[in-house]
Amino acid sequence: MALKLPIFMDSQSTTPVDPRVLDVMLPYFTEKFGHSSSRNHPFGWEAEAAVDKAREQVAKLIGARDPKELVFTSGGTEAINLALKGVAEMYREKGNHIVATTIDQRATMDVCKRLERQGYEVTYVSVGRDGLIDLDEIREALTPKTILITVMFANNEIGTIQSMADIGKLAKEKGILLHSDATQAVGKIPVDVEAMGIDLLSATAHLMYGPKGVGCLYVRRKNPRVRIAPMMDGGGHERGMRSGTVPVPLAVGFGKAAEICREVMGEESKRLATLRNQLQELILSKVDEAYLNGHPEKRLPHNLNISFAYVEGESVLMGLNKEVALSSGSACTSATLEPSYVISALGVDSELAHSSIRFGLHRFSTEEEVDFVGKRTVEVVHRLREMSPLYEMAKEGVDLKSLQWKAE
Amino acid sequence: MAYSDKVIDHYNNPRNVGSFTKDIEGVGTGLVGAPECGDVMKLQIKVNLETGVIEDAKFKTFGCGSAIASSSLATEWLKGRTVEDAGKIKNTDIVNELKLPPVKIHCSVLAEDAIKAALQDYKEKWTKAEAQVDDRSS
Repeated sequence: MALKLPIFMDSQSTTPVDPRVLDVMLPYFTEKFGHSSSRNHPFGWEAEAAVDKAREQVAKLIGARDPKELVFTSGGTEAINLALKGVAEMYREKGNHIVATTIDQRATMDVCKRLERQGYEVTYVSVGRDGLIDLDEIREALTPKTILITVMFANNEIGTIQSMADIGKLAKEKGILLHSDATQAVGKIPVDVEAMGIDLLSATAHLMYGPKGVGCLYVRRKNPRVRIAPMMDGGGHERGMRSGTVPVPLAVGFGKAAEICREVMGEESKRLATLRNQLQELILSKVDEAYLNGHPEKRLPHNLNISFAYVEGESVLMGLNKEVALSSGSACTSATLEPSYVISALGVDSELAHSSIRFGLHRFSTEEEVDFVGKRTVEVVHRLREMSPLYEMAKEGVDLKSLQWKAE
Repeated sequence: MAYSDKVIDHYNNPRNVGSFTKDIEGVGTGLVGAPECGDVMKLQIKVNLETGVIEDAKFKTFGCGSAIASSSLATEWLKGRTVEDAGKIKNTDIVNELKLPPVKIHCSVLAEDAIKAALQDYKEKWTKAEAQVDDRSS
């Protein structure tokens, strides 16, 4: 089969909708357009039944005991906002302390910063070089005022998967609620809120071959019964936790996406891990001083993050972006001109943080694509190193760290 | 971010990539930026000591596409200018030529700094009467 360009390898940013998902969604835009809260006519009943089914499908995927524990949201960001702000407000009398991590995604970080301005205290637990959180660090961060621990299930940049079951056990022991941003994990690797002791969990459809614009927050109803303050006032939809008309077609798509993921996860994750390892081997065997970021085993099967010493990430992307869609932790790809805080949090030199490239495989990735991307990446990195004064100096034996740099 | 055609052209076909040996007669070297900031430029000029004209220029850059383009353009502009004239190149000229967006203006500033550093190094090494061929301090 001929290779079709450009190749999408940025699946941690979004994924294409699976055609099977789109098929089940379409009728809910047109002939089955009812409002799922219309209780008095068949249009509403039909919509409600569809949303109920979707809720069940997603609940099954994450091991929720009761579909009622799921609150549909507009996506991961809203779910995270609802979880953190909702718990913070509801449990304010119990305490004002939250434990988060240094590698959580922007939504979590920004909500935490807002809560800090409102008088809450947040401890950010650091991670090791491999991106793993040390359970003891969480334990030490806890105070009698701690009301919530929030930990990203799997990281969006380096793919490192945390030991959620251990963290869940600790949270239970201490009687503290545990939220997990599982937007990158759900549908890709086994997630089980019961077995892992997770009390609140955020997920989004568009990272698992569902549509953009819908996600969910899991809110435990038993052992313990978690209560959250709503962020939006209105019709009291979603059992009062999220007012606003449920986007029925999107919810239906989310449900179908979850069902498919549950069916294919075992095989798909094996296939993608094999392809990912191939890509990693292809690149690391041909480029010296290229370093894997994150944990070598405990990582998402479709995720690969490599830092290429002496070349800057955005310039690598620029050399590839007509053919391949990738992402970099380089400052130049962010609005803030700061390099990736996730890579920096690993204790990696900031020079290497600027040099990180993220590859994200997905359901429709092929071996031909992997070969092509691997080869082109190697070519571009070599070309840029020929242009790099740092590479030249390193080859001459200059210790780059010993130099006094004249920053602008 | 969309890149201007000129940035893409300089990125794909960078002019004057390379290095001069630092102690060749008439060579001035500027090394600016810092690896932890994600930008390092090395810019070199080779000046005819009799005429004061920059006969050749080379660069190597660690940085984004706009940084590479800024330094590539700088070498193009330096060639054939007198040392005095070269000092008049401003970062805003580079911004205008490459149509750099606001977030990339620092790339042009760095290129101007690199030009200045190279000129300064040249002057220290080659325009002082006591300049020695083995004087590598900069």
